[in-house]
Amino acid sequence: MNARAAHRGRGPGRPAGDPPAGPSGGWAGASWSIGDRLGLAFAWLMGLLLCAICAAILVYLVVQGVRYLHPDLIWTNPKVGATQNETGGFLAPLLGTVIATLIAMLLATPIGVGVAVWLSEYARPRWLARVVESTVEMFAGAPSIVLALFGVILFQAPFLGFLSESSGGVVYGKSFFAAGAMLSLLALPLVVTSVREGLQAIPDHVREASYAVGKTKIATIRRVLLPAVRPDIVTGSMIGAGHAIGDTAIIVFLWGTRTCCRASGTCRCWERCAAPAARSRASSTTTPPPAISTSPTRRLRPR
Amino acid sequence: MTAEDPLLLLQREEGLSQDQRAELWLGALVSGVIILLLAMVVFIVAQAWPSFSHNGLHWFGSGGNIDNQIESIFNSTNYLHKPVYTFHAWPLIWSTILTTLGAAILGFIASLFTAIFMVEFAPVPLQRVLEPVVRLLASVPSVILGLIGVLVVVPFIDSHLVTQAESASVTPVIPLSGGSLLAAVVILTVEVSPIMIAIFADGLRAVPRNWLEGSLALGVNRWRTFWKIAVLSARPALISGTVLATARALGESVMLSMVSGTVGFAPNPADGLLFFLEPSRGLAATILHNTDQLSSSPMKHTLFAMAAVLLFSSLMLSLAGWAARQPMKRYFNVGGATA
Repeated sequence: MNARAAHRGRGPGRPAGDPPAGPSGGWAGASWSIGDRLGLAFAWLMGLLLCAICAAILVYLVVQGVRYLHPDLIWTNPKVGATQNETGGFLAPLLGTVIATLIAMLLATPIGVGVAVWLSEYARPRWLARVVESTVEMFAGAPSIVLALFGVILFQAPFLGFLSESSGGVVYGKSFFAAGAMLSLLALPLVVTSVREGLQAIPDHVREASYAVGKTKIATIRRVLLPAVRPDIVTGSMIGAGHAIGDTAIIVFLWGTRTCCRASGTCRCWERCAAPAARSRASSTTTPPPAISTSPTRRLRPR
Repeated sequence: MTAEDPLLLLQREEGLSQDQRAELWLGALVSGVIILLLAMVVFIVAQAWPSFSHNGLHWFGSGGNIDNQIESIFNSTNYLHKPVYTFHAWPLIWSTILTTLGAAILGFIASLFTAIFMVEFAPVPLQRVLEPVVRLLASVPSVILGLIGVLVVVPFIDSHLVTQAESASVTPVIPLSGGSLLAAVVILTVEVSPIMIAIFADGLRAVPRNWLEGSLALGVNRWRTFWKIAVLSARPALISGTVLATARALGESVMLSMVSGTVGFAPNPADGLLFFLEPSRGLAATILHNTDQLSSSPMKHTLFAMAAVLLFSSLMLSLAGWAARQPMKRYFNVGGATA
C-alpha cells in the first residue's frame, strides 16, 4: 500500500505548492539560461492570460446580461413582439432545460454507477472489461452532433413511437425523453470516470474487512463502497449535468420546435433552451437563432 | 459443509446466489452500453451509405460549390426526379481540419505552460485563483462562447482587421464580415484549453516529488528540472488531455456555426494573411445548419455521411491516443484516464 502510494506520488510529505529551497531555487540563479527564463516568463504570461480571459467573459456576461434581466423574465413565456418590452421572458426554455437535464441525470447516474461498479469490482472476463473501457472512452469522444443524429434514427423508429409525438404512422422522434436520453449518453462517461476513480481510491483492506464480517460482495458494494463514493457520484453527476445543460446540438435535433411551441404557445424557442444563453439574450426572442441566421451580428447586438 | 446445511440447500434451490445474480445484472448493463455504441455506428453508417456509394472517393474530394450541391440534394427529394447525391465535401472537411488542428496546437502550447505555471511556479495565492478559474472555464457552455464570439470577436475582426480593399478583392466569391477562421480558432482554443489544463495539471502533480528533488539536489534549476522531468514523465496525461480536447474541438458545432462565417468555402493558405480572415464551415456546423432538411431523404443520407466521417475521426483519435500511450506504460498513468 505505502509503496504503491509513494510510487504514484501521493505519499505524505508532498508539500503542495511549496517551492523547494535550494541554491538554484531562486529567480536569478547563475544556472538559469536565457531559454529557461523565457520559458518561465511565457508560463507566467499564459497563466495570467487565462485569468484575464475568464474575468473578461464573466464581466462581459454580467454587464451585458444584467441590463436586460428582470425578475419578470423568469415567470413569463416567450412571445412574439415588435419591441423588446413585448417579447416576454424565458420561462418555457428554462423549465425545458431543467426537465431535459433531470431526465438525463436520472438515466445517466444509475447506469454510470452500475458500469463503474462493474468495471472496478467485477471486470470479468478481462476482454469484456477492455471493451467496456474503450466503449466509455468512445462515448466520451463522440461528437454530440453524432449522438443527436443517432437519437433521430433511434426515436423515429416505429416501435419507439410511444416515446414521442406521432401521427399516421410517422414518428417525429422529438420529445423531452428523446433529448434527455441522448443527453444522458453525453453525461455517462463523466459519471463513470468519476465514480470509478472514487472506487479505485478505496483501499482493499476496507473490502476485506467487510468480507471478514460476513458480508457478500454485493452487500459490500451496496453498504460499504457506494456510501463511501457518494461524493464522487455527486461530482460526476454535476459535471455531467453541466455538460448536458450546455449542449445545444442534441436539443436542436431531438427537441426541435414542436414540443417547445406547445409548451409556450408561440415561437421557436429551442435556441434558448440552453438556459444560461438566455441570460444575455433575454431580449432577442424575435431574432432568429444564430445557428441558422445568415447575419446574426447586427441584429443581436444590444441596442 | 453437509448437504443438510440450510443455507446451501436454499442456494441450490434458487440456482444462483444473490452475488452471482448481481454480477449478471451488471454484466447485462455494460453489455447494453456496448450494444448501444455498436448500434450507433451501424445505424449511422447504414444511413450514410447511399451518399458514399453514389460518390465513391469523390465524396472527400473538392469540386463545385458545396452550398449549391447541398441545395440541389435537398431539392431533389421530389419523386419526379431521381435523387441527386453529388457531393464533394472537401471544403467542409478542410475547415474542420483547420479549426480542429489550429485549436489543438494553440491550445496544447498554451495549456502546457499554464499547467506548468499552475502546478509549480505560481505563487500560492495565484494558484488558489487559477484552479477555480480553470474549472469555471471548463464548464462554460459552448453556446456562451459562441455568443461572445458573435458579439465581441467577430465585430472586432470585422472593424479592425478586415480592410475595405481586402473585402472588395474577394467580394464576388465570399463575404469578409469577421466570421472567419481566426475567430473560430481563437474561440475554439479558449473552449478546449481548460480541458487540457485540468488533465495536464493532474498528470504533472502526480510526478513523484523525489524525482524532482533529486534533480534539484544536483544543481539543476527549477525550470529545467520541471521541464525535463515532470513534463516528460507526464506524457501519458499530455496525450490523453490532447486527445480529449481535440475530440471536443472536432465535434463542436453550435459555436463554430456562430463564429466561423457560414459559407461552404475552403480557406486557401496561398492567400497570405487573408487566409485567416476567410470564412468557412466545418462538418459539424453544416449538419447543424441543415437540421430542418432531414425530411429530404437524399439530404438525410448526406448529413449522416458527414456524421459518419466525424464519428470515424473521433474513433480514430481515441485509438491513436491509446496507441501513443502504449510505449509509455512504464510511466505512472495518473490522469491518463480519459475524461
